[in-house]
Amino acid sequence: MQIRVTVNGTVHDSDVEPRTLLVHYVREVLGLTGTNIGCDTSSCGACSLHLNGEAVKSCTVLAVQADGAEITTIEGMAAADGTMHPMQQAFMENHALQCGYCTPGMVMAATSLLKENPNPSEEEVRIGLEGNLCRCTGYHNIVQAVLAAAGGE
Amino acid sequence: MIPAAFDYVRAESAEHAISLIGQHGEDAKFIAGGHSLLPMMKLRMAQPSVLVDIGRLADLSYIRDAGDHIAIGALTRHMDVEKSSILAEHVPLLAHAASHVGDPQVRHRGTIGGSIAHSDSASDLPATTLALGATYIAQGPNGTREIAAADFFQGFFTTSLEPDEMLTEIRVPKMNGAGWSFQKFNRRAQDWAIVGVAAWRRGNDSGVGLVNMGSTPVLATSVASAISSGASVADAAELAAADADPQKDLNASVEYRVHLAKVLVRRALEESSK
Repeated sequence: MQIRVTVNGTVHDSDVEPRTLLVHYVREVLGLTGTNIGCDTSSCGACSLHLNGEAVKSCTVLAVQADGAEITTIEGMAAADGTMHPMQQAFMENHALQCGYCTPGMVMAATSLLKENPNPSEEEVRIGLEGNLCRCTGYHNIVQAVLAAAGGE
Repeated sequence: MIPAAFDYVRAESAEHAISLIGQHGEDAKFIAGGHSLLPMMKLRMAQPSVLVDIGRLADLSYIRDAGDHIAIGALTRHMDVEKSSILAEHVPLLAHAASHVGDPQVRHRGTIGGSIAHSDSASDLPATTLALGATYIAQGPNGTREIAAADFFQGFFTTSLEPDEMLTEIRVPKMNGAGWSFQKFNRRAQDWAIVGVAAWRRGNDSGVGLVNMGSTPVLATSVASAISSGASVADAAELAAADADPQKDLNASVEYRVHLAKVLVRRALEESSK
């Protein structure tokens, strides 16, 4: 089936099988491998990206469902000159990652969270990131980074 | 994991969706947000031959004050239920329960109608709308009909919807200031409830719905009867599992579920009775 999506500002016309998952489309058709596949069961959040401005788990969305949508992946977060998004900067400054596997999904979920709740409490950040699992950090520095980004934005 | 191959058709209206599902027969399934169906398709627990996409039927996404009840379009997403000021005022139990569905990413996609039609007894909203005495509106080729929530859930993932009917609206009575509580016991934040309880109370009137206490969401009528005849919260809560037929799984034995139900119903009634 023919779909048209705008990914990180670029329009793509593609012919996809209906069963193609959005995460596979983004990674394998568009080559944007920053979006990771973790659990593949809509639990871990590693595949989070923005669909029309909201974080979704792209392992649980069909590419055909995203037809016509605006998509942002981690590759679309930094400015064209390479300046990091404030959330990426906050993750770096707060050492909010170890292995980095969950990080793209965390950044996408966290920016979506701040869009809905610009000044969250620590508890609201923890609840807001409940859909993203990190197996390294114990979450502390991730939460600190999101709070820092909220304060700075 | 990739689902088995299927044909995909997109509905332009509710009538179109019903006509498409009629054309394609019993192996066709509606897909809305897909957050119940796609995981099952990826695990090959569901293998529909045709998906009829109703996710773009924007006119079925609404929350309206309809006098004595609130009318919610079936395509309304969990996040919109959670953040609705109309529901916060008139049916706060439902808005709160919606905030416990999955996680934010899931709530950006999943819909209330999809959750109810999918009819997983471990889901939060079927039991919550059951406790609230909701009515569901089904549209078929010959028009619409009302189905009381208490008559809707027939068995494991089975509802009284006909194969060519679509759930289009959920009507939830206003709570009119009733006390309420939502109790969800799980091991990890985003997990399904091992046992969940949605309850409300106004004087001797009450409603208690149980999550994951059997093959269907359960209306704990014995508890409500006890409350209406003046029983204490503690005594009523002892009847929590009287209408349930819980199963064991990796998370809980039958005995543990029954115990949890009693504890959570007691807590829910205490909170609702304040």
